[in-house]
Amino acid sequence: MDQKRSTLNLFENIDLATELRLGLPGTDDQPEIKTSLSGNKRSSSEIGSSASCKDEDESSFSPPAKEQVVGWPPVRSYRKNILQVKKTEPETGSGMYVKVSMDGAPYLRKLDLKMYKSYEELMKGLQEMFKCIIGLYSEREGYNGSQHALTYEDKDGDWMLVGDVPWEMFISSCKRLRIMKSCEARGLGDFL
Amino acid sequence: MACSFPEEVLEHVFSFLTSQKDRNAVSVVCKSWYEMERWCRKRIFVGNCYSVNPRIMIRRFPEVKSVELKGKPHFADFNLVPEGWGGFVYPWIVEIARGYPWLEEIRLKRMVVTDECLEMISKSFKNFKVLVLSSCEGFSTDGLAAIVANCRNLRVLDLRECEVEELSGHWLSHFPDSFTSLESLNMACLLSEVSFSALERLVARSPNLKTLRLNRTVPLEKLSTLLQRAPQLVDFGTGAYSAEIRPDVYSSLADAFSGCKNLKSLSGFWDVTPAYLPAICSVCSLLTSLNLSYATTQSPDLTKIVGQCYNLQRLVVLDYIEDTGLNTISISCKDLRELVVFPSDPFVADADVLLTEQGLVSVSQGCPKLQSVLYFCRQMSNSALISISKNRPNLTCFRLCIIEPRAPDYVTLEPLDVGFGSVVENCKQLTRLSMSGLLTDRVFEYIGTHAKNLDMLSIAFAGDSDLGLHHVLSGCDSLRKLEIRDCPFGDKALLANASKLERMRSLWMSSCFVSFGACKLLGQKMPGLNVEVIDERENISSIPECTPVEKVYIYRTVSGQRFDIPDYVRIMGKDKDGVYDLS
Repeated sequence: MDQKRSTLNLFENIDLATELRLGLPGTDDQPEIKTSLSGNKRSSSEIGSSASCKDEDESSFSPPAKEQVVGWPPVRSYRKNILQVKKTEPETGSGMYVKVSMDGAPYLRKLDLKMYKSYEELMKGLQEMFKCIIGLYSEREGYNGSQHALTYEDKDGDWMLVGDVPWEMFISSCKRLRIMKSCEARGLGDFL
Repeated sequence: MACSFPEEVLEHVFSFLTSQKDRNAVSVVCKSWYEMERWCRKRIFVGNCYSVNPRIMIRRFPEVKSVELKGKPHFADFNLVPEGWGGFVYPWIVEIARGYPWLEEIRLKRMVVTDECLEMISKSFKNFKVLVLSSCEGFSTDGLAAIVANCRNLRVLDLRECEVEELSGHWLSHFPDSFTSLESLNMACLLSEVSFSALERLVARSPNLKTLRLNRTVPLEKLSTLLQRAPQLVDFGTGAYSAEIRPDVYSSLADAFSGCKNLKSLSGFWDVTPAYLPAICSVCSLLTSLNLSYATTQSPDLTKIVGQCYNLQRLVVLDYIEDTGLNTISISCKDLRELVVFPSDPFVADADVLLTEQGLVSVSQGCPKLQSVLYFCRQMSNSALISISKNRPNLTCFRLCIIEPRAPDYVTLEPLDVGFGSVVENCKQLTRLSMSGLLTDRVFEYIGTHAKNLDMLSIAFAGDSDLGLHHVLSGCDSLRKLEIRDCPFGDKALLANASKLERMRSLWMSSCFVSFGACKLLGQKMPGLNVEVIDERENISSIPECTPVEKVYIYRTVSGQRFDIPDYVRIMGKDKDGVYDLS
């Protein structure tokens, strides 16, 4: 059925397009179809002046806004399916992605906080992602000799040390993560 | 006096001729050469299964060991050929089973292959070695089980992008325990899970295994086991390349890869977890072919890997690679011959992805051996196309798909005629071209004038009038395959160039302005052509002759009418007995 629609659309423009010219088409009197194939809009001047093979009820013919042209772009169906699967995965389950930066790294990453159930798991995940060792600050051991410390930006825009509040409270207020060099983070700890 | 050499000498000389084109040329020199050549031809390629019938083939070439057939037209890949059109291989298998009992190899593309066909193959050829099914459909995993169970000398089972009815994964377990001759197994297109232990045992007892392409269900954690069993692999395709990030899994995978000193080709990588990509780093410099087109991950992850593949010749990747990634490739991959960039999200007008014409321009600048391009993007300019053609006059295959139909040069808003014109003018060895974007009849004038080596041309949403088609048909001396969709080309050009059609393999035109009457006339006048009108509307026989048909597929044939057509296909100008319909 879709194949017929794209065919009939071309038929609407038949009067303009089939006019045989002797010279090369220097002027472009091609009807404006450019983006309308995706929207399937037809300009009103072309409707009714064309010969059509069947009686088509125009209201039943108006396709939904983003109707795709059959077989275009020329991508094979198994390839389309695979990518669509990938795309819908994040949508189901409303992940909680936050940006993660690490001092000295050229680009940021994104992390889904909902994937973790505790600070330990989060640390593990971050350590894998950035190939570094992060220490949770504790009053007794300081940063435990590690190179990096983890901080986060909360709902109020303040930069906080990770680990003080219960996990559930943390993920509901965390907007962004930053892995700092622990020498710089030491300053934070001093104020606690 | 045509024959001054004894037969044995000539036969020996002919044995060096591997290309079918050369053999065809040799066979028309004289009668004795024809006779000699036909007795020693071992491989046959039939580009259109309806152009000849198997009996003719078997009668002429009695000693064939390898048959390759193609069925449906190329646009079937994009769902433009309705279900049931044809391409049934069964009648061929029946004849070949009778005529070539010692056949060793069958290669099929875009054909309908049933389980019955596979069973027949598995039982009819005692020395069967190679089965390659490309974009085929109609069979199930039961058919595979028959092949695997009965073909004692099987070397190659290669399923490329087939649509298989998946009844179970048990087929793999049908390889007998005594079976050790496997050289190549490609099951990437299958969806169901096979028994891993059966797979492992199969790999372990196949010392000649060079190609192994797994399907998505084989988990990443199991890959190192397989690679350790087959360190001699040359071509490996992973399954789903994702897992929880665990250092032990990572290091055992990385070690396993580094043990594969002969690895030249990698593919697979579905659902990729980026952290695991670097596990392949130790083999990057060995790779000549890399397919990351299922790796839905961002440019930095992809670039980090590809940038280390200094010997890469073929790269298939998603547009996630972006212009920056392609720029890195243009610097690092100096041996690149073929680049394929697929769109990650083909159905949105604006993608999130920073891939433009610039990426292709960089690669054309930096990679001196680049010959073949398939590139999907959302914008193009004439100046970019001109640069590309001037950078790379050695291009042989140029396929550009600008996602929006009829998109003009995004800078000047002009048609892309001059750009593509430059491609055909500068790239004198161009054999394949696919165009897109806003194109007028002018581009076809350029093509007809310059594209003298063009073998295959694909056109969509282009042109203004019959002049466009006329330029192509009258000017492209080497043209064999022409496929056109949604272009305002009609009867005049087709009828004026009817004799050209007999020098081509096939012409496909859909959603154009070719009328029913013209198809009938062409079918009547040209006995060497089958003019198939493919039209799913009802009462097609009673619509006026001036009405454009939905689709027409014209091909030359010596086997006449075909009798396996569905009700929406009409072979014009010939009645049921293949006699001309003069009505």
